[in-house]
Amino acid sequence: MTAAVSPVRFVAQLFLYVPLMVLIGYFSTLPVFVHLPQGQALIRLTFSVAGQRLQECRERSPEELAKLAPNMRAAMDCPRERAPVTVELEMDGKPLYHVVVPPKGLKNDLPSTVYRRLAVLEGSHHFVARLRDRAAGEFNYVQEKTLELRSGDSLVIDFNPAQGGFIFRR
Amino acid sequence: MATTSNPSRTPRLALLHALQAVEAAFDRAFGPGGNPWRHLGALSFFLFWVIAVTGIYVYALFDTSVTGAYRSVEHLAREQWYLGGVMRSLHRYASDAFVVTMLLHLLKEYLGGHYYNFRWFSWLTGVPLLWLAYASGIGGYWLVWDQLAQFSIIATAEWLDFFPLFGEPLMRNFLAPRSVDDRFFSLLIFLHIGIPLLLLLGMWIHIQRISRPVTIPPRVLGWGTLITLIAVSVARPAVSHEPADLSLVPAVVQPDWYYMFVHPLMYRLSPGQLWAFAGGSTLLIAALPLLPHPKPQPVARVSLANCNGCGRCFADCPYAAVILQPRNDGRPLARQATVLPDLCAGCGICAGACPSSTPFRSGERLVTGIDMPRQPIGLVRAELERALSRMQGTGRIVVFGCDEAADVKALAGTDTAAISLICAGMLPPSFVEYAVRGGAAGVLITGCRDGDCLYRLGNRWVEDRIRGERQPHLRINVPRERVRIAWADRQDLAGLKRELEAFRTSLAALSEATAGQARPRPKRMGGHG
Repeated sequence: MTAAVSPVRFVAQLFLYVPLMVLIGYFSTLPVFVHLPQGQALIRLTFSVAGQRLQECRERSPEELAKLAPNMRAAMDCPRERAPVTVELEMDGKPLYHVVVPPKGLKNDLPSTVYRRLAVLEGSHHFVARLRDRAAGEFNYVQEKTLELRSGDSLVIDFNPAQGGFIFRR
Repeated sequence: MATTSNPSRTPRLALLHALQAVEAAFDRAFGPGGNPWRHLGALSFFLFWVIAVTGIYVYALFDTSVTGAYRSVEHLAREQWYLGGVMRSLHRYASDAFVVTMLLHLLKEYLGGHYYNFRWFSWLTGVPLLWLAYASGIGGYWLVWDQLAQFSIIATAEWLDFFPLFGEPLMRNFLAPRSVDDRFFSLLIFLHIGIPLLLLLGMWIHIQRISRPVTIPPRVLGWGTLITLIAVSVARPAVSHEPADLSLVPAVVQPDWYYMFVHPLMYRLSPGQLWAFAGGSTLLIAALPLLPHPKPQPVARVSLANCNGCGRCFADCPYAAVILQPRNDGRPLARQATVLPDLCAGCGICAGACPSSTPFRSGERLVTGIDMPRQPIGLVRAELERALSRMQGTGRIVVFGCDEAADVKALAGTDTAAISLICAGMLPPSFVEYAVRGGAAGVLITGCRDGDCLYRLGNRWVEDRIRGERQPHLRINVPRERVRIAWADRQDLAGLKRELEAFRTSLAALSEATAGQARPRPKRMGGHG
């Protein structure tokens, strides 16, 4: 049964609204979240690069061309599959990250992409970044850089073969 | 009844028991009709509109550009703190409260077992609302374009990048300060308006299978909630972090935990584990109706021979499970009631609304227009007649109760008859008159607490019918002082007993005052009593 409105009930309602105020107000901003501890910087290693073709293009023979439909008679046969991309990051002479990234796509014919967060201590660091975009052999892109990282810095290590390989930017 | 006869049998029911105790405590302050625990869905709707109105105001003064976004929000908060600042804070805190009411609504419906059988639609359509609510809220934080926005948008991109859906990782769009342009903010605005509109559409769909959905809370509760949120807004205005700078990492942030708990959780776990958590939780919630649960109750059945197509069952059904269709039995009537079995809760409220459910009908077998196979109205009349003939003493009381509320059988005695119905709303008011004319000094009606009827509208219809405000109503010749309504849930049997004794005392005083006045007995009961 509905009880009559009374001052006591009014005060009781006020009393119950206070926890709601506290609940809403507090968790709206607190407790704080330490995303990156003091004294650390963040490296973001990221790239999107297509590996070299696994097989070289070759010229089709006249017999092969004759077997194809007229509209499909391309002179060159280029298999679509790309090589995985291997990347290594070394800091102060110690390996920091190593990954072999397969190409994307159902036919393995799309670029390999990497995004990796690496938290490191602030200070001066010597980095060596290596990348291989072919199936075998040595790393064909190598870049060295010494950088002074401050606490809270965000260092992006990107890769663009058109710009010569690795790009270090803050 | 088979599902809830022992409230502590499972953890779910034990928690339900605890929640009902909390609700009972709130009843003392707010009254059952204004108890926020009984209006969580309506409060969510109300908060949505508060968010919408405050959002429109903030948007009117928002600059949709990389350089202007932060500045315009700061201007709003500092130069126009008395209105714009309060609006912005209210926008945030109402959004936080929305999450609270939404999650409590989900919890309460789960604990109450409101997720299977005929309720599956409402349950399942509520699941996407969780995602839409979070997408709406988190997207709003990005618009401020402060370090919290930067933290959140990068965390979200890193989370989405777990699935290789895009040619390049989304995260590559946020590597350097110049990565973000004004068009990006147009996209964010589009998302922050579009997703809440989808949320509203989802909320509308969510309530489609219930009739008379309550989307507006009681006025006192609405004002109380609004004033509380304004008070928080004034006492603790929402403030921005430092402006976003993609060349730096926001080392320490103050996330809104109601929405952004997912970001710290992801950094504690991993993007894949967060997907497993979010996806797994969603699937689990969505799959609950498929898990083993009690069988549906037998649905209402129409007897065309006793149905005149008046439409009262159609008007009173809480789940729109009764429709009116053109007559197909050849009788010269326009319409007939038809039950949609998939929507029917089997609550019997329709039987209580049917004018043919009167026990004064002379036939030996009482068959009504729309009836419940598991508790036909005819059997209720027979049970009432047996009880009236058995009772002794001058202060005889008939208690009509509800299977889902306080167990009225515990009140039965030599001078008290207890009849438990599927729902209190199943009680045709004519049964009250029948009992009084059959020798009962009074009739006590009980059921789930006000605003907490398992079948939503049972106690509301009972009160309206007894007050004479809803058909079929209790006839005017029945002294209202001989009828009492006392809502009591399972945990409130002691309170119901006290109410019964108080009623007995008032009836005794009434009997002394009206001694010698005869009440005409129903013809069928001439030999009883």
